Amino acid sequence: MNTEAALQIEGLRKSFGTNLVLDGIDLTVGEHEVTCLIGASGSGKSTLLRCINLLEPVDAGRILVAGEEITRRGVDVNRIRRRIGIVFQAYNLFPHMNVLENVTLAPRLALNRGRREAEEQARVLLDRFGLSDKVEAYPDHLSGGQQQRVAIVRALAMQPQLMLLDEVTSALDPELVAEVLEVIRELAAGGMTMVIATHEMGFARDIATHVCFLDDGVILEQGPPEQMFGSPREPRTQQFLERIVNAHRL
Amino acid sequence: MASEGDRRASLEVDESRRSRILGALAGAEGRRGVAIALVSTLVFVVVVVVVVANSPGWPVVHEGFFSWNYFSSSFTEIARAFLLNCKIFLIAECLILPFALLIAVLRSLPGPVFFPLRALAIVYADFFRGVPTILVIYMLAFGVPGLQISGVPTSVVFWGIVSLVLIYSAYVSEVYRAGIESVHPSQEAAARSLGLTRWQTTRKVILPQAVRRVIPPLLNDFIGLQKDTALVGTVGALEAFNTSLTLSDSTFNFTYFLVATVLFVAITIPLARFTDWLVARDRRRRQAEGLHA
Repeated sequence: MNTEAALQIEGLRKSFGTNLVLDGIDLTVGEHEVTCLIGASGSGKSTLLRCINLLEPVDAGRILVAGEEITRRGVDVNRIRRRIGIVFQAYNLFPHMNVLENVTLAPRLALNRGRREAEEQARVLLDRFGLSDKVEAYPDHLSGGQQQRVAIVRALAMQPQLMLLDEVTSALDPELVAEVLEVIRELAAGGMTMVIATHEMGFARDIATHVCFLDDGVILEQGPPEQMFGSPREPRTQQFLERIVNAHRL
Repeated sequence: MASEGDRRASLEVDESRRSRILGALAGAEGRRGVAIALVSTLVFVVVVVVVVANSPGWPVVHEGFFSWNYFSSSFTEIARAFLLNCKIFLIAECLILPFALLIAVLRSLPGPVFFPLRALAIVYADFFRGVPTILVIYMLAFGVPGLQISGVPTSVVFWGIVSLVLIYSAYVSEVYRAGIESVHPSQEAAARSLGLTRWQTTRKVILPQAVRRVIPPLLNDFIGLQKDTALVGTVGALEAFNTSLTLSDSTFNFTYFLVATVLFVAITIPLARFTDWLVARDRRRRQAEGLHA
């Protein structure tokens, strides 16, 4: 194996107390691939993403990013996190900072960029995602969609080699979902490697190179989107997709 | 229609603020309400004045506590002594704010490694919140100079300030801690996920939000501190209270204490009003945010 996967997960286990949340996850994500995690709430999607970002310590198994094991003892978690961006469902912008400060904080502190350099880079990114008129605004004064786009830009400003998106449109009003999905499409088109937990099945079908169905802490079924959405093998997957489709019909 | 709703909401906030002072007076019945309040206040004051002025002991009390002669002749001297209260207050406050923050941060350190520091902070806060201020002042101001260690200050003002810093830092650290704990864990997760260290996260993300939220309760503690500077007088510092006491010892008149009271109140009441104003502004702002969301 001469080309290393962007992300490789082997036998990952994680429990909170007696509650086993991830029960042996194996997953490989190649460079420039977009992997979508689908499954019911509580199936372990968010926990998996938080483990990859080292926000949750794992109980067993290994996670490798570009060939480097990030779950080994004594690893510098801050260095690893700088290479992996994560965007949360609830945006989690810093409310006491304006958009520019939100975006430049980490490059300045964690990458030791100068203020001017960090701000220039931030403005380029904000411009690219249609936020150039919001540079001075505080999060309170932005719509949910704008806040989530700022959160994506904030993660991108660290120039991560891997992006994790945790149900980034779930907290948004329906009419604001599209603008955020558009940003993610653009990232995918630009070749960003991503792992996306989502309930937007149409979007997952469009954008994913690979889809994983999580059920009760295991990846029950995975494959290319055509197969996963067109002819899922597992009854549980069929059931889940049926329920989603019916919910959308209402 | 949204702006109509906003306007009504802000009106309601204003009304609730006014109502605490004057009762439910706003709206159409406002003017009549004000008139009733004025009349009832006037009646109340007149009754109190008539009862007090006709009491058998009034002439003696009037001379003993409310003598204009003693008031005007001692005002300058006591006011000058009151400057020492202000000095003690300001110096103590400048030390309390950073020291208490340090205690609060120590107490919120996670993990077993920091247990000793955390335990120390808890013991400190428990102890100094539990001991009467005047006891600490007596112990330090009389006890430490009594040791006669060369180089150690013997000034009662110095040890009075140290005592106030020790006591009030314990209280203020709890206020800070409440602020720190009120910042949602997702803020820390967001900062750490970007590769910021724990300390960078605390300094740039947690503390700025925490401190902003606790400014009103902090000001409350300021008011308490300003009053408690009078306790330093009990160990001999010539501040407003002790000066009044000394003067009354020679004339057997108590009007001096009225002078000191007036001086304290002149500082603490505006501070209290300012605190209330900040709290109200804070609440209005939060409600406005709620309307946006």
